[in-house]
Amino acid sequence: MDWVEYRLPIMRVANMHAIQYPAPRNMNFWYMFGFLATIVLVNQIVTGVWLTMSFTPTAEEAFASVEYIMRDVEYGYILRYMHSTGASAFFIVVYLHMFRGMIYGSYQKPRELLWLFGMFIYLALMAEAFMGYVLPWGQMSYWGAQVIVSLFSAIPVIGPDLVIWIQGDYVISGATLNRFFALHVIALPLVIVILVFLHIVALHEVGSNNPDGTDVKRKKGSLKDSEKTNFKIHEYYTDKYDIVDDIVPFFPHIVLKDLVGFAFFLLAFCYIMFFNPEMGGYFLEHPNFEIANPLKTPEHIFPVWYFTPFYAILKAVPHKLGGVIAMFAAIIFLALLPWLDRGKVKSWRYRCGLHRWNLMIFAAVFIFLGYLGGTPQEAWKITASQILTIMYFGFFVLLFIYSKNERTKPVPARITE
Amino acid sequence: MKKLIFVLSLLLPMGAFAAGGNVHLDKAEYDLTDKASLQTGAKLFMNYCLGCHQTQYQRYQRTFDDLDIPLELGSANLQFTGEKPGEHIKNAMPSESAAKWFGAPPPDLTLVARVRGADWIYTYLRTFYADESTKFGVNNLVFPDVGMPHALQELQGVPRKTTEKMLVDGVMVDRYVGIKADGSGELSAAEYDTAVLDLVNYLVYIGEPSRLQSEAIGRWVMIFLLVLLVLIYLLKKDYWRDVH
Repeated sequence: MDWVEYRLPIMRVANMHAIQYPAPRNMNFWYMFGFLATIVLVNQIVTGVWLTMSFTPTAEEAFASVEYIMRDVEYGYILRYMHSTGASAFFIVVYLHMFRGMIYGSYQKPRELLWLFGMFIYLALMAEAFMGYVLPWGQMSYWGAQVIVSLFSAIPVIGPDLVIWIQGDYVISGATLNRFFALHVIALPLVIVILVFLHIVALHEVGSNNPDGTDVKRKKGSLKDSEKTNFKIHEYYTDKYDIVDDIVPFFPHIVLKDLVGFAFFLLAFCYIMFFNPEMGGYFLEHPNFEIANPLKTPEHIFPVWYFTPFYAILKAVPHKLGGVIAMFAAIIFLALLPWLDRGKVKSWRYRCGLHRWNLMIFAAVFIFLGYLGGTPQEAWKITASQILTIMYFGFFVLLFIYSKNERTKPVPARITE
Repeated sequence: MKKLIFVLSLLLPMGAFAAGGNVHLDKAEYDLTDKASLQTGAKLFMNYCLGCHQTQYQRYQRTFDDLDIPLELGSANLQFTGEKPGEHIKNAMPSESAAKWFGAPPPDLTLVARVRGADWIYTYLRTFYADESTKFGVNNLVFPDVGMPHALQELQGVPRKTTEKMLVDGVMVDRYVGIKADGSGELSAAEYDTAVLDLVNYLVYIGEPSRLQSEAIGRWVMIFLLVLLVLIYLLKKDYWRDVH
């Protein structure tokens, strides 16, 4: 052991980032989704590697090779369903993870960069999911790709050429499929893994937030010994700060807590995977069991559920370029939260009532936009999605206004529960 | 590019013909564990559907194995074109000619139950009706202007939209009572419904042959996870006991 440790700091890193990493003891169930997202990422990579072994990324063979995996590869259907269920699960946990950050103000100073890395992961994840959805080469793969790629044609001047450059052809074709495969299995997973690494390094540098928003790290020498934690904490943290007696070590305490959440998560995940992998057409859309046919437009074209809120915003704007701008602005505004929120109090527990309402309405608006973007077009839905789009952006505008001179409650000096 | 999308969007309403509006669909109470039903369904499929529709992603042997059909019996009675049992279930119809005959090549049916749903197929196969105005002399309630003949007519007989004379408020009127076969088929109405259900059962099976195996494994996984959850919870409680 010493021989290795002398040459490679395994125990030092394990101690610093897990065994002796201080985590607030009041982290509740909202705090397990980052852990779960990591687990799902590993699931996607591992099952993805095995799927790649039997998948053929050509327009002629892709659809048939997926059915080959489903029928002829030993337990291939389990691999495929783990991967397809994992894709939706990834977005469920990531959306909950992001909402946690919003309600407890985890994006606020000093965690702005941490939040930004998270947003980059989210963007990369969306690209990854979109390209992965094209690979089975079903009707929705093809027409979904058609809709999304054609969005780039709205960009002035370079738009049309950009679309051809992305497609590698004048239409979505086998060339598109093949390059999406390359990006899906190598380029984007690499980017995501690197970003996740940076996300975690940035988190451990500034420390974990908690539902009270009370800092558990204090200025060196400001605490009496009786107020300091008795757990063994790595010198990296104790050399710079005094750590309040409100923390537990990440391992085993937080890990065990996360594992309880993980077991609940697995129950839901495995139930869907083994008993209901289509999830009523949300996780695997029915038209996607029909092979891509460039001459036959499906009756309704929807992206998968996790894109539908943004799809609704896109369709709400009557102008094509305007719609694309609104859609990207919806994500950029989220990324700018650390600067749009001018408040000093992090957790919604100690912020004004308006803030709590604002957050809950924002969540409802997001879900309702998802419904509008994922169901057949009707006249009232256009009006509804326009109103909801305004409400979506209204969240940020309101936040910017009221957070300047907000009436907040006093934040407790120590963690309360 | 914009032009292409524009043209395609004009074609969009054409897609609607395949959906067939808002006809009420009858519930198909199929049962994947009923091997006898699946075997009948396989027999019906091989005899009445395979001539035009392939199930090119599924192999004969897998079907025989899953449906408890002995290999010799299956090869002798369900394979008509001399393939090996390990081969995919295909027919010999050239798709260019088929496109000429029917307007479009008959679609592959391996995954039709996952695209349309069992209820749709069950209703579709029971709502053909005689309509001299069409190319094949039949039309369909859930698939208007359907581009295929009524392949099961030999079993059902000629189905017609039927009206009966009825006394309504003291006046005799002709009232539409649904589609009724003329009795020339080999099966009674009830037998025909059962036969169609067997066929639907088979199509659901072939759409996802691993379904029953998946659920069998899934049950053990759920039990394991419940035990795991209890153990992890107890372990967590033990470690957190001293944390106030």
